[in-house]
Amino acid sequence: MTIVFTGPDDREADGSTHRPLDGHGTLEKRERRWGLMFVTPWLLGLVLLFVIPLVLSLLMSFTNYELVDTDNQEVTWVGLDNWRRIFSDPDVANGLWVTMKFALMYLPISTLLPLGVAYLLTSERLWGRSLFRVLFYLPSMVPLVAAMIIWRFYLNSESGWFARLLRWVGFDPPNFLGDPAWVLPALILIGTWGIGNGIIIFIAALNGVPKELYEAARIDGANKWHLFRDVTWPMISPITFYNIIVTLVGLGQYFLVPFILNGAEGRPEGASKFYTMVFFQETFSFFQAGYGAALAWAMFIVVFALTVLLFWSAKFWVHYEFEER
Amino acid sequence: MASVTAALRAKEPKRTFAELDVDAKRFLAKSTVTLFATMLVVGFLLPLVFMVVTSLKTEQQIASQTILPKSTTTVDVTEGEFAGEAYDLYAVPFDDGAIRSLALVTKGREASTFIDPAEPTVPIEWEGRWRTLEPALVFDPTLENFPEAWDALDFLLVLRNTGIIAGLGMAGTVMASTLVAYGLSRFRMPAKKFILSSLLATIILPGFVTLVPTYAVWLKVGWVGTWWPLIVPHFFGNAYNVFLLRQFFLGIPRDLDEAAAIDGASPLRTLITVILPQAKGAVLAVSLFHFFFSWNDFLGPLIYLAGERSKQPISVALYDFLGLYDTAIPLVQAGAMLSMAVPILVFLFLQKIFLGGIDLSGSLK
Repeated sequence: MTIVFTGPDDREADGSTHRPLDGHGTLEKRERRWGLMFVTPWLLGLVLLFVIPLVLSLLMSFTNYELVDTDNQEVTWVGLDNWRRIFSDPDVANGLWVTMKFALMYLPISTLLPLGVAYLLTSERLWGRSLFRVLFYLPSMVPLVAAMIIWRFYLNSESGWFARLLRWVGFDPPNFLGDPAWVLPALILIGTWGIGNGIIIFIAALNGVPKELYEAARIDGANKWHLFRDVTWPMISPITFYNIIVTLVGLGQYFLVPFILNGAEGRPEGASKFYTMVFFQETFSFFQAGYGAALAWAMFIVVFALTVLLFWSAKFWVHYEFEER
Repeated sequence: MASVTAALRAKEPKRTFAELDVDAKRFLAKSTVTLFATMLVVGFLLPLVFMVVTSLKTEQQIASQTILPKSTTTVDVTEGEFAGEAYDLYAVPFDDGAIRSLALVTKGREASTFIDPAEPTVPIEWEGRWRTLEPALVFDPTLENFPEAWDALDFLLVLRNTGIIAGLGMAGTVMASTLVAYGLSRFRMPAKKFILSSLLATIILPGFVTLVPTYAVWLKVGWVGTWWPLIVPHFFGNAYNVFLLRQFFLGIPRDLDEAAAIDGASPLRTLITVILPQAKGAVLAVSLFHFFFSWNDFLGPLIYLAGERSKQPISVALYDFLGLYDTAIPLVQAGAMLSMAVPILVFLFLQKIFLGGIDLSGSLK
């Protein structure tokens, strides 16, 4: 699913930014009542599915609560024990290290690759643009587990086609998913199957750049690189920004792919044991839900802080002046 | 570059020739770009080709390490002096470099007799040790993996489970998201900004933070091991769907609902009789997105339906299937193919909906 933000949207439906309150008090009350009635499902869901669980989760992180009671202990407050444990847990340190390495490799790829493909797919020199669009989006429609089944055997160092391809061009293929040095690059490669949405929003962004700007720049003698740097890049920067936010949030929750391929223990030797897998193992394998809650909250705080940081950085590089609608 | 070509062109005597040259250049550029894109997309989709090809192999064919499903073969000879028997086919090299697929009819130590299956009456003497020859392989795909994967997955049951979970959740999310989106698109209300940001916030919130308390609550209610935890939450709406529908509703002129209001229709009636008939496309999109979400959802059913084999949807069933038949590579590829057939077909038929994207600024109209 793709969402495109092109800027803050606080306008009323009729296009005015603000409808002055008129004198019809009862009418207005009636409108409010209907409005609130319609949004009730969401408000209920917000409280039941988000606010209460969030608070409970925070409370839980200060207890020794176990998902399944393993030692017949009463649930008691343990203060900051769980939170302190995070800082001394070697599993957490490893998980953070793995997650960070992966994020540093994946973030640039997840931005530049869809942008590059979108650039190619909007080129006037390309025949069959819509067909290519469908084909590049196709992997995004492959159900996750099926995709993992494919990649797992595709990357097999004996019979997989990727290994064949490498041998054919003269490389000796490693055992991608089983080699600590290669498992993260392999996951990055698998991650390229998720760029479909990025491609689509970048295509929309590239098509949205007004042609006049290119014309004007060309008249000023700009070459291709200048056109990209001074026209395209600033014009699509809100979309790039959005794409980075989505990727960051996704990275904070990155779990299923390594879990399905290499288990909760993050084979081999924990080389693919992401932070999320530490949380999952503690909670659902060892039933240490109190500690799990602390781990989840810590992750939430970090992702939230990074998001805030990104939003702050936006004013230096995201170009919001051009807002037509 | 541009000025150089312009200068060259200026020297050329015939204008028509220069134009032709430009056309040829454009053709060349287009071919190059298209070729590059084709190579890229082939590489990108190669794993899918791998799946299809592998699902057509037998396990022996996996072991023989050929790219396509190929098998050794025998030829029944019906004419000539060797008629009446089946002979093995070998890849036989000749001095001129040619390799021919021939049937070995008489084995000899240093020289053997072969025949070409196309001309079974003409024996061919070949000098060399037949034991050093590679058997000739012919393209020999099999479809036997599909019924086997179908049975192993219990595909119909799994399809039914997925259908029920996806269908009920779809009904829930379409109803709730429509109501909320309508409320947010047509009515002034207190804290509207807060509500809109709360929708965004739930997109950013990592699901793991709320997972444990939510699980604990479902456990208390006694619904772990049932479909309800996978269905009920959707009856509160979903941020993506609310944004999509709201954007669509904002695009529908207000005159229509005002006219309905003057006729005495309540807002709910207006929504059902005026707004929804115009928003069929958006409702279809939301339904489809939910269908795909549900078909794909793995962690939810994994946690809530652990141990309940007969209730599992396709994602978890496929995961268990992979665990069981780990070494039967063609079989699991066939299973993967079965599991993606429905989503891929839906996508190919309705691709516009997916490739349109959801534009929060209102371009989805």
